[in-house]
Amino acid sequence: MPQYMLSVWFDEPYDDDIDLSTPENEDQMARTAELTAEMERAGAWVFVAGLTPASSATVVRATDGDLSMTDGPYAETKEQMAGLWVIEAPDLDAALEWAAKASAACGRPIEVRPTHA
Amino acid sequence: MPDLAEIFRREAGRCTATLIRVLGDIDLAEDAVAEAFAIAAEQWPQQGVPPNPGGWITTTARNRAIDRLRRESTRTDRHVAALRLEADDMPAHIDPELHDLDDFVDVVSDDQLRLMFLCCHPALAPDAQVALTLRLLGGLDTPEIARAFLVPERTLAQRIVRAKRKLRDNHASYRIPGPAELPNRLGAVLTAIYLVYTEGHTATNGDGLTRVDLSREAIRLGRVLTELMPDEPEAVGLLALMVLSEARRPARTAPDRSMVRLADQDRSQWDRMLITEGHTLVRACLRRNQPGPFQIQAAVAAVHADAATAAETDWSQVVALYDQLHTIRPDAVVALNRAVAIAELHGAAAGLDTIDSHDMRELEGYQPYHATRADLLARTGQADAAIAAYDRAIDLTANPVERAFLERQRGTIRP
Repeated sequence: MPQYMLSVWFDEPYDDDIDLSTPENEDQMARTAELTAEMERAGAWVFVAGLTPASSATVVRATDGDLSMTDGPYAETKEQMAGLWVIEAPDLDAALEWAAKASAACGRPIEVRPTHA
Repeated sequence: MPDLAEIFRREAGRCTATLIRVLGDIDLAEDAVAEAFAIAAEQWPQQGVPPNPGGWITTTARNRAIDRLRRESTRTDRHVAALRLEADDMPAHIDPELHDLDDFVDVVSDDQLRLMFLCCHPALAPDAQVALTLRLLGGLDTPEIARAFLVPERTLAQRIVRAKRKLRDNHASYRIPGPAELPNRLGAVLTAIYLVYTEGHTATNGDGLTRVDLSREAIRLGRVLTELMPDEPEAVGLLALMVLSEARRPARTAPDRSMVRLADQDRSQWDRMLITEGHTLVRACLRRNQPGPFQIQAAVAAVHADAATAAETDWSQVVALYDQLHTIRPDAVVALNRAVAIAELHGAAAGLDTIDSHDMRELEGYQPYHATRADLLARTGQADAAIAAYDRAIDLTANPVERAFLERQRGTIRP
């Protein structure tokens, strides 16, 4: 069955300043966990991860035997990925339906992207 | 000698729609249909056009595709595809010579609906939806669509390739959306068809004011959609709106190709057949009592069509309809159209007041906003402000016919 990544995006800075213990954020986390459980029950769930703030990222490059490490994140954009699901769905419309639920649960835009078949 | 081009225009979308379902691949389907038309072009002039040309093309295309898949079935997936064709619910071996293909054609009409929803999938950008719709359902080739939209051929070709690829990569299904998704999905289809129509109605660019082919194609698609979804009032409303606008086309341009606005049009030139059809459609959809934006706009067009002269227009009815539309869709363009109607009903000053009471910032780059204000300012004796507004409108139009009209209007202002 086709697999899709549903990624959760913050369009405000997702860095150390973010307070995940506000009632609003805790509520969103709870709803997100519920949705993951629903995905499991439906047999759609493959993987889920909530990510730590973007400032915790490190970028590694191994080119021609040279190894470099730099402070991340890699993409220097305001928008940062805060978490992701990988799901199995029969088709795009089914994946979009899960994405709609995901967006409602975490109050963020969700990017839907298929994996290579 | 059969008019192959005419048959092609009429049948290409239907045949492609069915072949996509049978073959499960857009490109394969397009190639197969093209091949079948090439065979038709060789055979029909000698042997005559079969009684059911669409069925003949579809069956021939299908058989050719099966042959080709078998030939190329060295790769496993091709082999699987060829096997899957046999298991499809289509009648297994239809002899293209047979004339009784009615069942076959029944299946086809539903496929066209599937294809509309696929081409106008909200996951695609609107310009890609429109290009794909014209290509697959309209049977227009890439250079034709590129010319119609005045974009370079390469850009358009890329747009279509990307759209097809996105649908394939995303495993988009070939199906008619269920009731829950339908309003949203149908909305996208209607918007795409209307985009094709408006592009043909007032070309944003180019020399002629109307690009009739696009308008006609949009109306044809609208007809197909309402035949397939007769119970969707907004689909009927869209067709009514297009038909009633199209009825005015002969009067929209003067013999010197200049633009004639609604108030100045020679109404005897309006197409009575289209107006009658439009009225019937408007009545049919309004009877369902599920008003939507296209139905209300169609009702406005019907009010105009009812008036024998501009002076006899029932502007209070138009204002009432725009009030209703503004409740459903409180955007600035609707507010602007409502202000135009109010100006006709209560005078230019009242129209200007209506405009000024709305937040019109988002219309800063919208030519009709400035042209409307210019007209109302001129009518209330504010010459300098009117000229400035015409200048802004002229800056914003890419259509030479429209520009000439605006320049003429600006020239009539006396301080």
